[in-house]
Parts: sequence; structure tokens; C-alpha cells
Amino acid sequence: MKFQINVRNVVVALTVLGLLLLPVYSTLSGNAFILTLFTRFVIFALAAASLNLIMGYGGMMSFGHAAYLGIGGYAVGILAFEGIGSGFIQWPIALAASALYALVIGALSLRTRGVYFIMITLAFAQMAYYIASGMSRYGGDDGLTIYKRSTFGGLIDLSNRVQFYYLCLGCLFGGIYLIWRIINSRFGMVVQGVRSNEQRMQAIGYHANRYRLVCFVISGTICGLAGALLANNTDFISPATMYWTRSGELMVMVVFGGMGSLFGPVLGTIVFLLLEELLSQFTEYWALIMGPLLLLIVLFARGGIMGLLGRFGRG
Amino acid sequence: MASSLADPLLRVENLVRSFGGIKATDNLSLDVAPGELHAIIGPNGAGKTTLISQLTGQLMPNSGTVQFAGRDVTRLPSYQRSRLGLARSFQITCLLPDFTAADNVALAAQAHDGHSFRFWGSARKEKPLRDAAQAALTRVGLAKRADVRVSELSHGEQRELELAVALATKPKLLLLDEPMAGLGVTESARMVALLKELRKEVTIVLVEHDMEAVFALADRITVLVYGRVIASGDPDAIRNNEEVKRAYLGDQHAVTSHG
Repeated sequence: MKFQINVRNVVVALTVLGLLLLPVYSTLSGNAFILTLFTRFVIFALAAASLNLIMGYGGMMSFGHAAYLGIGGYAVGILAFEGIGSGFIQWPIALAASALYALVIGALSLRTRGVYFIMITLAFAQMAYYIASGMSRYGGDDGLTIYKRSTFGGLIDLSNRVQFYYLCLGCLFGGIYLIWRIINSRFGMVVQGVRSNEQRMQAIGYHANRYRLVCFVISGTICGLAGALLANNTDFISPATMYWTRSGELMVMVVFGGMGSLFGPVLGTIVFLLLEELLSQFTEYWALIMGPLLLLIVLFARGGIMGLLGRFGRG
Repeated sequence: MASSLADPLLRVENLVRSFGGIKATDNLSLDVAPGELHAIIGPNGAGKTTLISQLTGQLMPNSGTVQFAGRDVTRLPSYQRSRLGLARSFQITCLLPDFTAADNVALAAQAHDGHSFRFWGSARKEKPLRDAAQAALTRVGLAKRADVRVSELSHGEQRELELAVALATKPKLLLLDEPMAGLGVTESARMVALLKELRKEVTIVLVEHDMEAVFALADRITVLVYGRVIASGDPDAIRNNEEVKRAYLGDQHAVTSHG
């Protein structure tokens, strides 16, 4: 890959560097809060990146992506509750459960397009939300406290702030690398082709929905990993994780950062959550500012932050 | 109009497709022999595109059969027909607008080169695919425009790219839906010259309004009116057919004066 020096790439490189060095700053300055904050950012960035794979590259507007956060989280929470604390068991099950859910939901909802697809993915996620609310053994509405984070046989200690942060960051970078390989592969070319013109892809010999479905499952699985991380981060999982507003926020993060740009969701997530964090300190009506901001981005910066940076570089 | 061909590449029998009360395809039968260029003409609304869509599987007939290379493909979805060697170009340009010309053709080649559930290696670095794309682009005269995005190509170039995409699927039968639509005089002439070359290699079904082109190219012509075949034969027979002249009253001049 050719690496060009332009505004966009410089911002991306600085962000990566910043994320890598954050624990150093946190330790030197004694500011533990910022590390906790950014651990959450990084986890949500992974979720947004997974959503970007189907939304930005696959053209599938899933409005139920938070369901995977919940499924991944509940897999960890429920297993911990039942006395299985090993991450080697918890995490594969979290991924498998997310993949299975994506397979079923995808197979059903990919029969539809456009608004119907948005509605059906939303409906399924709400279903998952109510199912979780009904699991009285696991806290029901109140959620489930996770008393012990996943253990990895001494390899890594998730209770250690810095180690956990680097694990999350590793998952994020790994996820983005995986997505980068996928979108440039044969498979990824087909998925993007189907987004561009489904009829044409069918006519030259592709069974479009088969590729869409596999892409949908990959995306859901990656988001399930984010869910497992999130549950470990908060030591808690509740149905609220899956609520539709959370799915909406994930979509906003992707749009903020720039749909269909590899690193966009990371910037989008950081900017979105940082704004939320800062604005909510001034006023509880922070959404009143966030709303118009999103509107401006949608109206004037179709490519989100990444698009703006790209334009900046050229101009 | 019974065909005397022993082994047609494409055989359509008693095809019917209606939309509401209108029969867009009305008990239509048609044979295309291997190696021929078979033109389908007819006034607007004769059901030409409807027919092509049923041949490629974008549209399912109400009744009747479509056989391709000795196989009943009537109920086969379009992606499977493409795999059997049936390729189409679209009347309204139907490409991947945010991809380059080369990507468009390479994806067509990829569809017919093993499976595409490969998630790791870069598809744009697969030399056989890029070579196949370049060859097809060279064929239609677009070699120099390989790295230009489709949305930045001229209309004429997009028509040529449609053809390159179809060729890259290594078709046995090429269904061309008005490849000349919207082309200028020089572009049309180039397209006719190109089709003259292609017909040596591949069987072609050509739907076209440009009568000059049709009579210059076709081995056989089938005339559709209201979804029915009213005549089928070589260009001379069609030119002198009374029923065809009547159907084309408005366009009669076009039918009789060229060729």
C-alpha cells in the first residue's frame, strides 16, 4: 500500500500514536479517569468499525447492531455467573453466539431492502432486549453484575487498567486490520459491488445475498467481541446495552467518522463520545447540540470527518 | 416459422409473461443457432426488454420454457445462468459506478474464476483477473481508460464497458439490449465494427432500434409486435415481409431504405 502524506493520514497516524501512548500519559499524570474513558471509547470504536463493514462497505443499514454488544456481554456475564470464569471459554462462546444470532437475523432480514431492512433489524434487536429483560435468573431489567473479569490463565490480567486498555486497543487494531484485508479481498470486492449495483452483480454471476449474509455474520461477530470487552469494562451487563438508542448511537458514530472509510468509525466514536462527555458536563440537554451537529455533518459533509479531512488536504 | 435447426443454443418455447391484463410476452417461440447473430426488432412496447429479462432470469415467465445449451433454465436465477455462459448487456447502462472500469471487468472475470469466498489476499493484485480485465477492455477499445471511475466515463465509453463486462464472463451467448442506445454517429459506427468482430467468436442476440445496424449485422431477424413473433427470417425476407412493413408503418422508411 502506498502511504501518502496528507491531512487525513497525518490525523489518523496521530490518533493511533495518541491511543498507543495514552497509558503512558495516564500513568505519568496520575489521571486514571482518562484511561477508563478511553477504554470505553476504544471498545465502542470496535463496535462502530464492525457496523461500518456492513453499513459503509456492504450498504446494509443495520439498526440493531447493539444486540451484539448485549449478546457478547451476556455470554461473558452469564458464564461468569454460572461459575465459568475462563476467557478461553467465555469469549469463543460470546463470538459464536453473536455469529449465530447474525446468521439467523441476517438470513431473515436480508430478504428485504432499504427501510424494511432497517425496521426488521431494529425489531430483532428489540426482541433480544426484551428477552434479556425477561431473564430473571440473570437480573432481568436490572442487569447482571459481573464480579470477576474474564481470566486468561495468567496471560493477561483484565483487572489491570493498562493491560485491559491494551487488550481493547489490540482488538480494535486487529479488527480494523481484518476489515482492511476483507474489503480488499475477492469477497470484499463482491460485497462492495453488490452495494454499488446488485442487479449488475447478479447478472455477471454472483448470488448477492450469500455474500451479504457472510459479511453480516462477520460484522456481528466482531461486534460480539466488543460486547465481551464492554461487559468486562463495566463489570456489568444489562438489557439497556441492547436498547435501540444504543444501535442508533453506533450508526451516528459511523456516519460522524465517515461511512466506508476504514478508520472513520474510530474518529467518529472518539469525537461523538468525547462531545457527549464534555457537553453533558455543561448541560443535561447535550443532545440538543449533538443533534444539529449531526445534521450539519449529514448535510454538508457526506464523508463525515474523514471526508472533511480529505477535502481539507486537497484544498 | 418452424426452425429447421437441429441443435439450437437457445430455444424459447411458448413463453408467456403478462403484467396485469397486458401480455408483454405472448406465446413466444424462438431458436438461436450456435454462431449466429440473431436480431430482435419491433416497435416500442413490443416486449423486447421483457423477453431479454426472461432469458437472463431477471424476470420469470408465467409459462413456457427457456432452454440454453440443451438445459432447461426456465426457473434458474440469473446468477446461475451467467455461470452457464449467458451474458447480457443492459439497455440502461448498468455498471458499478463507484468502481474503475478495470474493477468492473475484473469482477466479472472473478465471478467465473473459482469462488469468491476468499477473505485475505488482495483481489486487485490477482494478475489473472487484472489481465483478463485488461484484455476485455482492449477488445472494446477502453484499454487506456482502465483506471477511470465509471461515473467519470462518457456515455459511449460506458456502453463499451457494458460489452467488456459481458465478454469477461466468457459467454457462449451474448444478449445485447440496445447497445447503440444514445450513441452518436461515430460511436455507433465503432460499436457496429466491434460487434462485427465479436460475432465471429460468440453467438449474439441483439435487440436494437438502429435498423441500419441490425440489417448490417444480423444473420436472422425476429420481429416482435405486442409480445408476439410476427416474422422471423434472414434480413432480405424481413425487408420484404408485408406484415413487418405494416407493423413498422411509421418506421417503414427505415426498414426499406437501408441495407
